[in-house]
Amino acid sequence: MRWRRSSGLSRRRRFGCLPILALTVAAIVLVSAIVLRPQPLPQAHSLPASHPRIEIAHLRPVAAFASIADPQARSLALFEEAGRVIQHPRCMNCHPRTDRPTQTDAMRPHTPWVARGPDGGGEPTLRCSTCHHDENFEPSGVPGNPKWKLAPIGMAWQGKTLGEICRQILDPARAHMGREELLHHLAEDELVGWAWHPGGERTPAPGTQAEFAALIKAWLDTGAKCPA
Amino acid sequence: MPYSLSVNGQVHSIDEDGQTPLLWVLRDTLKLTGTKYGCGVAQCGACTVHVDGQPMRSCSLALEAVASAQIVTIEAVEGAETKAIQDAWIARDVPQCGFCQSGQVMSAVALLRAIPAPTDDDVDIAMSGNICRCATYNRIRAAIHDAAGVLGSGRS
Repeated sequence: MRWRRSSGLSRRRRFGCLPILALTVAAIVLVSAIVLRPQPLPQAHSLPASHPRIEIAHLRPVAAFASIADPQARSLALFEEAGRVIQHPRCMNCHPRTDRPTQTDAMRPHTPWVARGPDGGGEPTLRCSTCHHDENFEPSGVPGNPKWKLAPIGMAWQGKTLGEICRQILDPARAHMGREELLHHLAEDELVGWAWHPGGERTPAPGTQAEFAALIKAWLDTGAKCPA
Repeated sequence: MPYSLSVNGQVHSIDEDGQTPLLWVLRDTLKLTGTKYGCGVAQCGACTVHVDGQPMRSCSLALEAVASAQIVTIEAVEGAETKAIQDAWIARDVPQCGFCQSGQVMSAVALLRAIPAPTDDDVDIAMSGNICRCATYNRIRAAIHDAAGVLGSGRS
């Protein structure tokens, strides 16, 4: 055989193809066995909700304030609790200090760029009713109420402290209503009531309209004290 | 029970859920596809139609809420204001991609019917709910003024 060296010379050990092929196959089998060994399936993890869960906040009932002996301090505490509703975005968004409403919990400027118009229901050529109707409309997410409009500019709340709002709603010149009417408005008005049933993914005002009205009545009955 | 819906002067019997947006009824049921679906959340104005003469967003209007109303879409809006707006739109070559234009025209016609000689502020207020992603706003405003001018010269 030509490839054999002549006898007498030291022979170098050589590997044929078969051992190399066998080693390669063995390596592949080993790696495959490691990679493909039976393993537990990954556990399913729930994805975070695409929209944050709506937080339902509660109001403290009037009875919770009975332990405050001083009527003035109790009146103040009652109004501060009611103020959690008054200063909630569902209410504040339509009590702007300009002619433009705000929207969302972040109280960003309303889009489209609308204005209050002569009656609070929008400009004659871009009424609120262009989009807002008698009910919340789930397919588009647009809120609605038969009375949908902005509060009068005299009842602007945005940018004011709770004390300033308190004195404002007690001032008939600005509120255009006395205390009886004020209580009726806050307790019975259906547009006020929308704040607890805003639809879509909007955060409702804390508590219920009845609980809010009870706080307002108790506040009025205890002298209607205002925060500083 | 089917709803009886008056669209463009014709009464249609619509057997759909009462909460179906009017836009779906117009496009899918009546095949009036001139009214466009833009955003579906009353933000863009592409779906504007006239409901008893008032411009409204049909994506945010329930079928059951308009069953007794007179609805007019871009396919049938007519009258002097419409003609003036159409002519001005063509003369100014207002549309770019054109998708929002049926809504723009419906709002512009309603504006001229309410305010025959609008100022820039009037135009901005009335048209601010109609979004144009090609930003043809300057041409839209100019075309509305042109149309108002034509209508005004016709009256004088």
